[in-house]
Amino acid sequence: MVLVYSDEKKLVLELLNKAEQLGKELQKKVLAVIIGSDEYAKEYLEHGADVVIVVETPQPQFKAEEYTSILQGIMKDHGNDIVLIGSNKNGKELAARLAAKLNTGCVMDCTNVYLQGKTLLVERIVYSGNAIAVEEFTTAPQILTIPAKVFDPLPKQANPHGEIVKKKITAEQSPSKILKTQEMKSEGVNVEDAAIIVSCGRGFKKKEDIRLVSELADVLKGRTVGCSRPIAADLKWLSEDHWIGLSGHKVKPKLYVACGISGQIQHIAGMRDSGVIVAINKDPEALIFKSADYGIVGDLYEVLPKLTSALKEKIG
Amino acid sequence: MNIIVCAKQVVDVAEIKVDAATKKPILVGVPQKISDMDKNALEEAIKIKEKHGGKITVVTVGAPDAKERMKELLAMGADEGVLIVPPDQADYHIITHLLAGAIKKIGSYDIILCGEASIDLFSGQTGPRVAGLLDIPQITYAQTITAEPGKVTAERNLGDKSVTMESPFPVLLTVTKESNQPRLPSLMAILASSSKPIHDWSAADVSQETLTPKVKTKDVKGIPMQRKNIIYQDDLDASVTKLVDELGKVGVLR
Repeated sequence: MVLVYSDEKKLVLELLNKAEQLGKELQKKVLAVIIGSDEYAKEYLEHGADVVIVVETPQPQFKAEEYTSILQGIMKDHGNDIVLIGSNKNGKELAARLAAKLNTGCVMDCTNVYLQGKTLLVERIVYSGNAIAVEEFTTAPQILTIPAKVFDPLPKQANPHGEIVKKKITAEQSPSKILKTQEMKSEGVNVEDAAIIVSCGRGFKKKEDIRLVSELADVLKGRTVGCSRPIAADLKWLSEDHWIGLSGHKVKPKLYVACGISGQIQHIAGMRDSGVIVAINKDPEALIFKSADYGIVGDLYEVLPKLTSALKEKIG
Repeated sequence: MNIIVCAKQVVDVAEIKVDAATKKPILVGVPQKISDMDKNALEEAIKIKEKHGGKITVVTVGAPDAKERMKELLAMGADEGVLIVPPDQADYHIITHLLAGAIKKIGSYDIILCGEASIDLFSGQTGPRVAGLLDIPQITYAQTITAEPGKVTAERNLGDKSVTMESPFPVLLTVTKESNQPRLPSLMAILASSSKPIHDWSAADVSQETLTPKVKTKDVKGIPMQRKNIIYQDDLDASVTKLVDELGKVGVLR
């Protein structure tokens, strides 16, 4: 069986697409696992799962040790050979621990997954976005994590044939515990779904100046502001939901405007799939220009107001 | 408290050049260093030791020349090092078995610290795998860590939320780049570190079983980046006009 798990519904729907395809090629069923509420079970059946297992648990909030033990229990009953896990931070720590428990292979953040005969091959970005490694699994089970947006969900199927199975699994108890969960300060931005993004980097001298970026974003009707690592992680001028890069969000808007961003490879890794890339930087040697379709060499404090008003005139 | 830090020697990704013809990264001759977040892990260890006393052992699975880089970690404040040279074609399965084997051989440990991921491959597998092999609790992506006698409290940074966790010893934590600023060793510390030992253990010393890779790297491909690279750098007003025209033409302003 091909098993799919994530604590994010969106990721499950995307992964089910790949799982269904692998299932067809290998003539195996697709099993989606939900730990906790069965709210989305039907939706998973409508998007490619043959079976949805809903695990009742006294631990409704994700916890690596317990959830690893639950998945191990399911795999023991169903003999899963391929396990697809949504690549968020919880998914990655789960996949790695599970791989250790099963003494098997695991590849994180796969951007391509395919079979060559019966051999499963995956690709992932390495060396900070400079290269793609092609990895081959030599044994089963095969555990991989897949980031958001690599696959699209399958279209909804009206009358799915699959079944929902409720299951009680006694998970091994870990001596650690969750004390509290706090929503992080966020401006509710969703850069991953934005069609137009204007991003800022170290070229800005102070927090207030980011207004120049939001004004441009507003005119472009994108209204979405992104940023590079220093702005979110070090200076904390913007919340982390704005952060685009290897360890931030990966985006593919139709237009990406990078303002005062030097173009460190970690940032490029987060936006390289954008449709059209525009860079504004005062350093003509800045790396960002190598990854841009269009660029203006100039002081962003001069360029941005002019660009904003020129676009306002053009778009209206 | 006995603290173990897992550290990896990596190529300095900022120094990697790409072959213009094949687009493949050129890895030969690139300087090596200790992965950034592993230094954050060591910094956390040193802070805990400063408060509670104890011993810090750094464990590295890597090439023999990693010893040179490990000296820097001893200068920062680690007490001892252990270096294990892995077999060729070592994957995470093999590396983490060697790390876990070395940790078991060290025997007494309260806290194990790792970086959230390494800067070269950025998987974030090593920490949770080692925790799984040792069958101890894991707290990954820790932003702040508070150790007390017998237990540790840490805040996990998940981007949209933070989760505070508590675990008794032994526990493994992985730390983020933002958790701290690793210290630079003083000249005195560098000189003093030369008397600190780095033990060479073989794979056979720490693992009885014959380890074979579960995942093999078949190829490392270049990434094609086809961009127009039209850069305007003359008169600012003219540049802005040209850019706006172009953006209109390619249809991204609709």
